[in-house]
Amino acid sequence: MDHIPDIFGQLPKQASTLAASVDWLYQFIFWACVIMFVVIIGAMLFFVAKYRAKPGEKPLAPGPKHTTLELAWTFAPLILLGALFHWGFQSYVFSAVAPATSIEFRVRAKKWNWEFEYPSGSREGGVLVVPVHQPVKLIMSSEDVLHSFFVPAFRVKRDVVPGMYSTVWFEATELGEYDVFCAEYCGTSHSSMFAKVRVVTAAQYREFVLNMDRPPAGKTKAQWGAELFTANSCSACHHVVAGEAGGVGPNLFGVIGSEQPLEGGGTVHADLAYVRESVLRPQAKIVRGFTTAQMSTFTLSDSRIEAIYAYLETLR
Amino acid sequence: MATEAQNASAAPVDAAHATTDRNFFQERSGIKSWLVTLDHKRIGLMYLVAVVLSFLVGGLFALLIRIELLSAGRTIMDADTYNRVFTLHGAVMVFLFIIPSIPAALGNFLLPIVLGAKDVAFPRLNLASFYLYVVGAVLALASMIIGSVDTGWTFYTPYSSNTDVGSKNAVIWMTGAVFVLGFSSILTGVNFITTIHKMRAPGQDWKRLPLFVWATYATSVIQVLATPVLAITLLLLIMERGFGLGIFDPRLGGDPVLFQHFFWFYSHPAVYIMILPGMGIVSEIIATFSRREIFGYMFVAMSSVAIALLGFLVWGHHMFTSGQSEYSTMVFSALTFLVAIPSGVKVLNWVATLYKGQITLSAPMLYALGFIVLFSIGGLTGLFLGTLSVDIYLHDTYFVVAHFHYVMVGGTVCAFFGGLHYWWPKMTGKLYDERLAKVAFWIFFIGFNVTFLSQFVLGSRGAPRRSWDYLPQFEELHRFSSVGAFIIGIGILLMVIVFVRSLVSGAKAPPNPWGSAALEWQTTSPPPVENFASTPVITRGPYDYHLATEGELYAGFPEDFEPSKKA
Repeated sequence: MDHIPDIFGQLPKQASTLAASVDWLYQFIFWACVIMFVVIIGAMLFFVAKYRAKPGEKPLAPGPKHTTLELAWTFAPLILLGALFHWGFQSYVFSAVAPATSIEFRVRAKKWNWEFEYPSGSREGGVLVVPVHQPVKLIMSSEDVLHSFFVPAFRVKRDVVPGMYSTVWFEATELGEYDVFCAEYCGTSHSSMFAKVRVVTAAQYREFVLNMDRPPAGKTKAQWGAELFTANSCSACHHVVAGEAGGVGPNLFGVIGSEQPLEGGGTVHADLAYVRESVLRPQAKIVRGFTTAQMSTFTLSDSRIEAIYAYLETLR
Repeated sequence: MATEAQNASAAPVDAAHATTDRNFFQERSGIKSWLVTLDHKRIGLMYLVAVVLSFLVGGLFALLIRIELLSAGRTIMDADTYNRVFTLHGAVMVFLFIIPSIPAALGNFLLPIVLGAKDVAFPRLNLASFYLYVVGAVLALASMIIGSVDTGWTFYTPYSSNTDVGSKNAVIWMTGAVFVLGFSSILTGVNFITTIHKMRAPGQDWKRLPLFVWATYATSVIQVLATPVLAITLLLLIMERGFGLGIFDPRLGGDPVLFQHFFWFYSHPAVYIMILPGMGIVSEIIATFSRREIFGYMFVAMSSVAIALLGFLVWGHHMFTSGQSEYSTMVFSALTFLVAIPSGVKVLNWVATLYKGQITLSAPMLYALGFIVLFSIGGLTGLFLGTLSVDIYLHDTYFVVAHFHYVMVGGTVCAFFGGLHYWWPKMTGKLYDERLAKVAFWIFFIGFNVTFLSQFVLGSRGAPRRSWDYLPQFEELHRFSSVGAFIIGIGILLMVIVFVRSLVSGAKAPPNPWGSAALEWQTTSPPPVENFASTPVITRGPYDYHLATEGELYAGFPEDFEPSKKA
């Protein structure tokens, strides 16, 4: 009974070392429930069909007490319940203790996206690339409210709680891309707080990590910067076309190299250092007239900020 | 003495006819006679009207949810509206409908009658409880009008400490509503406990109590002990939101997981506040329509008490993924499995009662049998969720949504409908069209399974709950579920029609249309103001069909049984 086939297609594809034991237990409980249900409800329907009231029938005298039967069906289920507890706890312990050989990633959840920090310190939003057959431990924190990191294919889930770290680990067994959901309700866009886990070979993973802070092959720094500008949703608040007004943040066309008037007086020269500060500490210097909405902090590596700077330089 | 008592217990129907012809409806009239009444039957009926209205409002929200989920992406409303609608569906159904439904409406009407009492122990407290309910409902309505809450009915922090979708104050109004409703619930509980202890008729000892009373008693104990914790929790949340007092929000130095502990310390026992009275009703119906005592009476009675006590020890099973310690998680999983035992005991005893019974498939009986089927599914799927590693996977998916709807709707609501059909002739003095009522049952039963069986599969395939949008692979099952919801709606509409027609043009009900041996059927339908013409002396249990006289079990009008009594 190592494997119980999923004949009703109840569970998604398995892609982690944990999945097989969870699925086995799921299927075991499922069939145990089916048997109990059929026996109990079968008996009920049989009795209802067989023992109908007949007109004029005298009521029955009460039968003898069935204390033994009562005690039997009170305590017999403990055997099944004990077994379920034991197996459930066993695979829970497996899922709760990350192997010492795990590589560690940081995960930051905020309304409504996932950010992954690699062991190298580089960060990427929306996609977590991990090597196959390698235990991976995620150390997670939330910037605002409760979220929950849920990868159905790995059968793992863990709440991400503001004010504390929580961890989850998995070892992927199949190459491919898997959905990450937020399982804890977190407001307006809770249902689109998706990410992906991309499971790649060890060699592909090394390649990916080495190059993640360089422009992708065949692209210039400025082109990569343009991609990052969109991927980090900078474009949601900052217009980049000459003369376009009404953005939440300043229009960035032709900003690089200019003097920007600041809130509270004075100006700043918009150079790389200023762009870097504005990304990492957005409240440090605020351009005059843009106090209504606060820009949130973006933690990007220097090479990424330089790429965005290179892109902004082309806007003139 | 024994013979005297026998006669006395056989007498009420006749005595009622002899001394007064007026039932509690006729005794006084006018709006004021209802608004300031201290009669438990009138208060019960006012509660009944109120909870049924709440149920219809909550049901409307459910249909809006299912319409939105007909297709991925936007169907009829945006995400913020959807979040408010599912929150209101949960909050209205839980706090305004299901918690007060059976105890405050049917319980209020029946408890004193089945004890052989004239009223509850504290009639004024009873009326106060109803008005607190009304105040709670008005506060909830106010919250909806000023913008409504989008926190989910669970009000998890720190989302609920900070959200301002809709309105900054709506959360305070809504939690204030639940705070007030809690007091209404506590007053009902205190009242029922006292009534059961002190107001039983002579001879009505604990071993003769109807199982509905045992269930109500267990429920009341939970209401009194658990509800204050919810009240304090919500008060703390209001303080945090209103005055920036840091209890749950980590930015103010609080702990969000603490809120979950507090919340579920009430809300898990509250699950048993919801289901236990339903189980009590099912015991009554099954005994009546099998014409015999409930198999293992004492085991069924004690299982209610066991559920009430164990129910206090398992709240942490809502928090297996929350970040509570692994040790707590282990202990809560083990304790959770223990709750399966008393629930199983009940189901097995009900089925055993049917064995060699004299069964009539009336409309109430269909609801009781439907309860057994649906509650079994709800209970058995609880085994998946008690098992740690499987729960980690299924937590916060549609599997959980399906599971608790099988228990709360398939269980409690089904029992509530059963009880309504069962006691309707007693409460209103009118019969209803049973054939049509049975059709309504089947539509409800089929619609329910279509709606929620599909949600089990959605959940086991990994669909997270409380989602306005979903991935394309989930669309087919969501549609299926939505269709089911409308079938349920049609069933309930038909049921409403059956009852309205009964009120308007139903035939007059005899005192005991089901031929039951239980005490409430030994007085007129509807009962007189003080329930019985004279205080009954109880000489046998409510299910002792073999000890009941032919007159007591007679299903027609007493004057037809003994034509000489005709006026």
